[in-house]
Amino acid sequence: MTEDTNARIDQIVKSNGIVLFMKGSPLFPQCGFSSRAVAILQHLGAEFESVDVLQDQAIRQGIKAYSDWPTIPQLYVKGEFVGGSDIMMEMYESGELAELLKTAGVITAQ
Amino acid sequence: MAMDAAEIEDLIRTGIPGATVEITDLAGDGDHYAARVVSESFRGMPRVRQHQAVYAALGGRMGGELHALQLTTAAPE
Repeated sequence: MTEDTNARIDQIVKSNGIVLFMKGSPLFPQCGFSSRAVAILQHLGAEFESVDVLQDQAIRQGIKAYSDWPTIPQLYVKGEFVGGSDIMMEMYESGELAELLKTAGVITAQ
Repeated sequence: MAMDAAEIEDLIRTGIPGATVEITDLAGDGDHYAARVVSESFRGMPRVRQHQAVYAALGGRMGGELHALQLTTAAPE
């Protein structure tokens, strides 16, 4: 990964409360795993930024090195890597994800 | 590109000795699997690290020849 790509990713991750790197857009996800990740965030009432990695090959490859994580989607909250769609689903079911988002101040208590 | 369930299981067992591995072929097409990996070595480890350990055992195949692996990890109860 070039330093430039790393810096771009770092900038995106750190300047947004919640960012989802995904395939496609929240309205038109291009992969079942990305679709599931979007559904979870929407269900929790989270407002989030999304980055469509299919539109940017440098980011598509770079994000995997950035987090040492081989797959998309990837969720970041307050600059920290949280996980992919399986971890999101586990954390959603256990209530941890709602907690994390509340603690991070990116959603309000329901 | 597809992988055999037994091959996935072997790789994980080799990479994480003593792990209990259950593989389910979700779609019957040799391309969409679910894996549940239970290992004592996961105790106290954050989830992201647990999944990274499994991905490391798969040696770079994840996201490549292995497209869809729904992963659940845990320490033994």
